[in-house]
Formats: sequence, C-alpha cells, structure tokens
Amino acid sequence: MEMTKGLISIFMTMILTQNFILSKFLGICPFLGVSKKVNTAVGMSLAVIFVMALSTAVTYPINKYLLAANGLEYLQTIVFILVIAALVQMVEIILKKYMPALYNSLGIYLPLITTNCAVLGVVTLNIDNGYNFAQSMVCSVGGGVGFLIAMVMFAGVRSRLESCDIPKFLKGLPITLVAASLVSLSFLGFAGVVENIFA
Amino acid sequence: MAEKKSLRKEFSKGIILENPVLRLVLGTCPTLATTTSVSSAIGMGISASIVLICSNIVISALRKVIPQKVRIPAYIVIIASFVTIVQMLVKAFVPVLDEQLGVYLPLIVVNCIILGRAEAFASKNGVLASAVDGLGMGIGFTAALFLISSIREILGAGTFLSGIGGLIGNDFDGFSVPFLNDNPMLIFVLAPGGFFVFGIVMALANKIAESKGKPKAELKGCEACPMAASCSIRETQDSCDNKKEADK
Repeated sequence: MEMTKGLISIFMTMILTQNFILSKFLGICPFLGVSKKVNTAVGMSLAVIFVMALSTAVTYPINKYLLAANGLEYLQTIVFILVIAALVQMVEIILKKYMPALYNSLGIYLPLITTNCAVLGVVTLNIDNGYNFAQSMVCSVGGGVGFLIAMVMFAGVRSRLESCDIPKFLKGLPITLVAASLVSLSFLGFAGVVENIFA
Repeated sequence: MAEKKSLRKEFSKGIILENPVLRLVLGTCPTLATTTSVSSAIGMGISASIVLICSNIVISALRKVIPQKVRIPAYIVIIASFVTIVQMLVKAFVPVLDEQLGVYLPLIVVNCIILGRAEAFASKNGVLASAVDGLGMGIGFTAALFLISSIREILGAGTFLSGIGGLIGNDFDGFSVPFLNDNPMLIFVLAPGGFFVFGIVMALANKIAESKGKPKAELKGCEACPMAASCSIRETQDSCDNKKEADK
C-alpha cells in the first residue's frame, strides 16, 4: 500500500508540479514547433510517451548491471544517447514493417525524438533520483502524460492566438512564449497539491 | 587578406546577426532552464561553448572520413564524448556549477545548437573556419544567456552575479540591488518568468532586426532541426494544411 502511494505520488508530481515542459523546460522544441494543431500535438506526445517508457525499460538494466556494476558510471551520457538513438531507429523499422497503420500515425514523429531532451532527461533524472525500476517506469510514463497534457492544452491556446490582433513586433514566436508563460503560471497553482493527496 | 576578412565574418555572425538563441531559436531548453541566475547561465554558456568548439573542430577534421549515411550517429558520439569530458572537469574543479546545472549538464548532448552547427557548418567547412564559427556561436549563446539571466536575477531575486565566487574560486558574492533585494518579484525566477522574459527579449531582438531591415526570428521548427532530412513531419503538417484548404 505504501509503495502504491509512493508510485501514485511520483506519477502526479510528474504531471502537475514537475511537468516536463512547463516547469523543467525539457522538450521545448516540439512544444513550440509541433503544437500548432491538436492532432499533431497528440501524435507527437504519444510517440514521446512510448519512447520514454521504452528507453527507461532498456537503460535501467544497462545502467544497473553493466555500468554501475563495473564502476563505469561516467559513460552514462554516451551509452544512453546511443541506446536511445538505436532504439528509436529499431522501433521505426519494426513499426514500418509489421504495423504500417501505427507507423503512419506515430512513426513520422520518431526520428525527431532522438534529440528530444525530454527522453535523455527522464533517463538521467531517474538515475539522479535513485529510483528503482517500478519508480523509474512510473516517472517516465507520468512525465510523458504530463508532456501530452501540456502539448494539448497549449495547442488549444495557440489556435485562439491565431485569431487575435497582436502588436506587430510580438507576432509569431514572442507571443507564443508569453502564452506559454501564462499556461505555465496556471500550473504553478498545483504546487502543494500532490503532497496533500494522501494527507 | 580576404581570408582574414571572411574569418572575422564567421566569428561575428554568431554573436549578433545569427545569434543562436535569439535569431535562430536553437537551444531553447537550456536557455529557459539555466537562466535563473547569472552565474549558472555563464557556467552553462561556457560549458556548451567548449563542447561546441571542440566538436566543431573534430567533426570538421573528420568530414571527409565520416560516411554521409551514418553522419548523425557519428556526430552524436563525438559530441557526447566531449560532453562527458566537460562533465568530468566540471565535477572535479567546479562542483558548485555541477550542482546548479544538474541534469542540464549531460543534456548539452542534445542541445540543438551543437548538432545544428555540426550539420550546417562544420561538415562543409575547414577546421579553422569551423573553430571560429564555434567560438562565435558559443559567445553568442553565452551573451544571450547572460542578458536573459541578468533580467531574471535582478527582478526575481534582487541580486546580480550572486554565487559567481563559487565559479571562479573566491568569496565575492555579487551585488545586491537596492529595493528589489527586499521585495523580489519571485515569479521571474520561477518557470513562467523564464518563458515571459525570453519572449520579451526575443520581441526586442525582432524589433531591432526589423529596423536594420533583417527578417524577424521564426521558429523554423523542422528546418532548423538537424534531423529534418530524415523526418517527414513537415510534409504531414503541409498535407494537413492542404486538406484544410481543400475542405474550404
């Protein structure tokens, strides 16, 4: 029971108070670049959730039984980025061959994700926080769901922005960033919520 | 003589005209994350610049050896090696900075400025030109971080250069700004302030660029991304647009 509580609290923290995009600033490129339409935002986020969960599942044993067991922790960055890149490539090939329908809806986002800092970020964070396997997986999936929520919310905000009369020098990216600031402000309101769920 | 002039051009373009943060809109994640204080911004800027210069030199030297098809993985390995070196040096000599940057230090690997310059410049130009390009882009990145973090730290904490002593190894602890020090606007060092200040600074940069007759910064989204060649997301977005037009 205590463990389930811990996992739920990690999950909620990753979505609300430690949201990857809005408070940790990981994955800002897709946040600004792919959030113009709700359907592309959802596709990208689902692919991110998938890759984040998969790379955590693969890098956790590699780190624990290969790197940490042999005192090679300093190789983490190189090994993880290569594992993620290879994994993404492999998933893309497998999806293309065996699940063309899924590939058509998610596969196009996959190459973009290799250099998405949220993926390498979550893997590194899990290790820095000393999470065990279950906690790492929950943290990754929670982070991905938080990413999805932020993307979808922001896609909605942006579609409203397009019909607004914006001062000329703020048009485009600056007003998008200011809008992101307001969305992020609304998430600040969740501070303290997670700690009090089980209180 | 002509060569000297073009080198100077490679150097200066990164600082103002093609500033990686404010004009090319690359490396937004570290820009937002590490600008809560000037000292961590400077630390981030210098670490990323060192990686950028070294990886530019090595990639440019190996540009005729690396096969075209596997160039991106090859670049990533080179960049990741330098990031690891910098990470170890920072941990050994400036542990304060390692604490401040935390997870963002290993994340220099996926900083799109570095992979972007490797793909756009170092893979096509000589070693000297690539080194100069890396130096210019690195200074431009650091300067943009310095500007944004100064605004955030002064307004949000009421201090300037606080904690810089930890980086250079003495006890100088920056300046405190009168009035703001007692009544800091905390929101500026929190996440929303980061987005806000970045947006406003970019708007000002656009305004200045416009008065000089230059186009304003646009997130090219995919074109700027080094993975663009292998990725089809842009076509999808275009086809979405076309479909909408057809529906009308």
